[in-house]
Amino acid sequence: MASIDLLILTRRQRVCMVAGGVKVGGKGVDTGSWRVKVSKSDGYPQESILPRLLEVPALPGPQLVKRRSMSSPQHISAGSGALRNYLIDAAYDEMFSAENSVREHYLRVLEMFTSLPADEIRRRKHSADMSFLNQGITFTVYGDDEGTERIFPYDLLPRVITHDEWTLIERGLTQRITALNLFLRDVYNEGHILSDGIVPREVVYSCRQFRRQMRGLQVPRNVYIAVVGSDIMRLPNGDFAVLEDNLRVPSGVSYMLTNRVVMKQLFPLLFRSCAVRPIEHYSQVLLSTLRSLAPEGRPEPTIVVLSPGVFNSAYFEHSYLARQMGVELVEGRDLVTHDNVVYMRTTVGLRRVDVIYRRVDDDFIDALTFRTDSVLGVPGLFNAYRAGNVTLANALGTGVADDKAIYAYVPQIIRYYLNEDPILANIETFHLTDAKQRQHVLQNLDKMVVKAVGESGGYGMLIGPQSSVEEQDEFRRRIEADPRNYIAQPTILFSRAPCLTEDGFEPRHVDLRPYILYGDKITIVPGGLTRVALRPGSLVVNSSQGGGSKDTWVLGA
Amino acid sequence: MLSRVADNLYWMSRYLERAEHTVRLLSVNLNLMLDESTSSAGQRWQRVLAALGDPGPTVWNGDAYEFAQQLTFDPANRSSITSCIVSARENARHVREQVSSDQWQWLNRLYLRVSRFRLDGDADMQLPAFLASIYEGVHLFQGVTDSTMSHGEGWHFIQMGRYLERASATVKLLEAYYREFGMENRAPEGSDFLEWIGLLRSCTAFEAYCKVYTADLSHDRIMEFLLLSAEFPHSVRFSVDRFYSAIEATHTDGDRQRASALTRIAGRLQASLNFGQIQEILAQDACAYLESIRRCCGEIHQTIYGLYVDYPIQTALAG
Repeated sequence: MASIDLLILTRRQRVCMVAGGVKVGGKGVDTGSWRVKVSKSDGYPQESILPRLLEVPALPGPQLVKRRSMSSPQHISAGSGALRNYLIDAAYDEMFSAENSVREHYLRVLEMFTSLPADEIRRRKHSADMSFLNQGITFTVYGDDEGTERIFPYDLLPRVITHDEWTLIERGLTQRITALNLFLRDVYNEGHILSDGIVPREVVYSCRQFRRQMRGLQVPRNVYIAVVGSDIMRLPNGDFAVLEDNLRVPSGVSYMLTNRVVMKQLFPLLFRSCAVRPIEHYSQVLLSTLRSLAPEGRPEPTIVVLSPGVFNSAYFEHSYLARQMGVELVEGRDLVTHDNVVYMRTTVGLRRVDVIYRRVDDDFIDALTFRTDSVLGVPGLFNAYRAGNVTLANALGTGVADDKAIYAYVPQIIRYYLNEDPILANIETFHLTDAKQRQHVLQNLDKMVVKAVGESGGYGMLIGPQSSVEEQDEFRRRIEADPRNYIAQPTILFSRAPCLTEDGFEPRHVDLRPYILYGDKITIVPGGLTRVALRPGSLVVNSSQGGGSKDTWVLGA
Repeated sequence: MLSRVADNLYWMSRYLERAEHTVRLLSVNLNLMLDESTSSAGQRWQRVLAALGDPGPTVWNGDAYEFAQQLTFDPANRSSITSCIVSARENARHVREQVSSDQWQWLNRLYLRVSRFRLDGDADMQLPAFLASIYEGVHLFQGVTDSTMSHGEGWHFIQMGRYLERASATVKLLEAYYREFGMENRAPEGSDFLEWIGLLRSCTAFEAYCKVYTADLSHDRIMEFLLLSAEFPHSVRFSVDRFYSAIEATHTDGDRQRASALTRIAGRLQASLNFGQIQEILAQDACAYLESIRRCCGEIHQTIYGLYVDYPIQTALAG
């Protein structure tokens, strides 16, 4: 590969040529090929393009990194300019460890992408999009009458995670999920953690996801949360932290699996040369997890996936998983209960159902027990569940453990049940029911992220530094009216990874959602869904809010 | 198999068959009308409407291309080609884990092509080309279905939908022609001759007919061929044979009892076509005979529903 020098542009487009590179410590390597100079002073006042953030010290001005080939002119047309707009700022950058140093595990990916002509990259991107569209791998956009199906925006550059990083994530999540499951069992049975005063009773009982109907109900193997998708992000110092535990009906795993299929088609050689760990066994593990949770005395259980139906935004995923596992995809109207046994209507009569992987929310699952206006569920299902004749995965009422107010107590929960220190960090969380904390938050609304505890998908959220005064006032009113319904966290600048944009590669904020399966043991397939905030500077990765995804490559040892 | 899945596969297949039939009728008649005076145009398109069972809000308004466009694109008309393909794809989407990925992809592509198509320019050029591409897409899907899906229960429900739809559509088409041109046994002449070729071509039967009877067209032979041919895939008898075998293949030995009503109705229809003779049929009221076949198809549809899809829970629990 040709020796390459990099140019640094300031934000004001002043160019200074740099001869040679400086290796800056950390995990990066100076290969002699990737050289970006640290530019400290260019005579202009330093300022960040991002608003000053609570946790982040004042930043030097972001640098624009440009890569150019001096010795091989043909390289200019191929790779030059691709990194023209690559701005490094205070957020952790997944690819560059510093301005002149690319992280070793990203080398191959970067080499491949910068060596491809822009046209070729566009062609492959188009072919990926067409493949998703023709396969109907789409999600449904609510509140839009026509063209309700869209493809999930997809970024070609894989997100690369090293073996060591993954080992840490795996250990941390296993610990966290074990503790949260013990917590669920405890609050729905003896409630030791409440009587010991570790978690306040009122926080648990005031949670909308707490289901009193679950009190004293025994679930198979004491597993409440068979399928979990935790949202992890990376702090500016490079540490991983858990932002959210999704313990109800986490979605997105089908995108993890289909992204991989597409990447293998588009970049076979690159994929092979990187020794990426496989994730294709997810569906089999899910099946054996569900099988291990079957009611006792049902050695050959009939397993089904229960979907709200074709109008649900995740319908593609429901049918995809059902097909991959080789089980029936059912809707509420396909199931009937009789004498506390659940059956499905088939062409040869009724057939008993033992395990339901349900993708319907608690509220809608049984009109006799929960919301009476629900037509998505199965009347009488809860009684069958209570009688132990059918397993629901996940159990009902698990939302009490991923409530955003309970989230703040997770470190204590881990210490209480496991007597260990948490391996993955938690984000500092302010309780707005506490007068003092509320006061602090209301005074600093412009620096905080405020979230409604029951909402997900990026709805009902205020991002202080990117909000208007009117929005802040609106949230102030809402918080004062119902403080239990909100929590606040300092704005976290989470890590960024390179993404393909109209003009080359630019960094975008990313998070990571690995999928944890909990049956007779805990399994996490090495990978996950990396979600991308596609809008420049945006910190919201949800697909409903302009987010996309990319394939996640966990490297072998 | 889930009852709902059987239901969706059955309707997916019926809708596609319906779309194909409408495509063929429109293509053939758009081509035939080039040879005729405008005065008889109304008669032709009224006949097409009758053959399609007078669907929805579409009425003859004097402009053939405008009329054909309505039958092709009008979303308000549940039987328009676009509506049929949208419905077929919607049915497949409900059961997409049950059809093969190839099937789903080809149907989805057909859907995308239809739903994104906008006529810009001359209808006389674009419409026939568009119809031809739909025709091709439907055939491709059927080929992929037969070669990538297990020929098990789901496939049999697809066969039932397809051939039941075909049988009743062919009968309706025959009715429309015979009501207009009558049954007297004479060789067609003049412009009538073209119409009878049109009837055969509407069932892709012209070449096959010629192989059996030569190009010598006569009413009774055409009727015999389209009604009673054992070998031609669009004849009523052939269609009934096929859905009878699909019904037979669907129930296992255990529930033969349960399905006895269905076997009886379908078997009686099959027997009447297998052993019937054209002279006998024409000697009586042929239109009434056609109508009775159509009623019988409706009855079979109802019975399939009561048996596999919409059965009462109480009886299922008792059995």
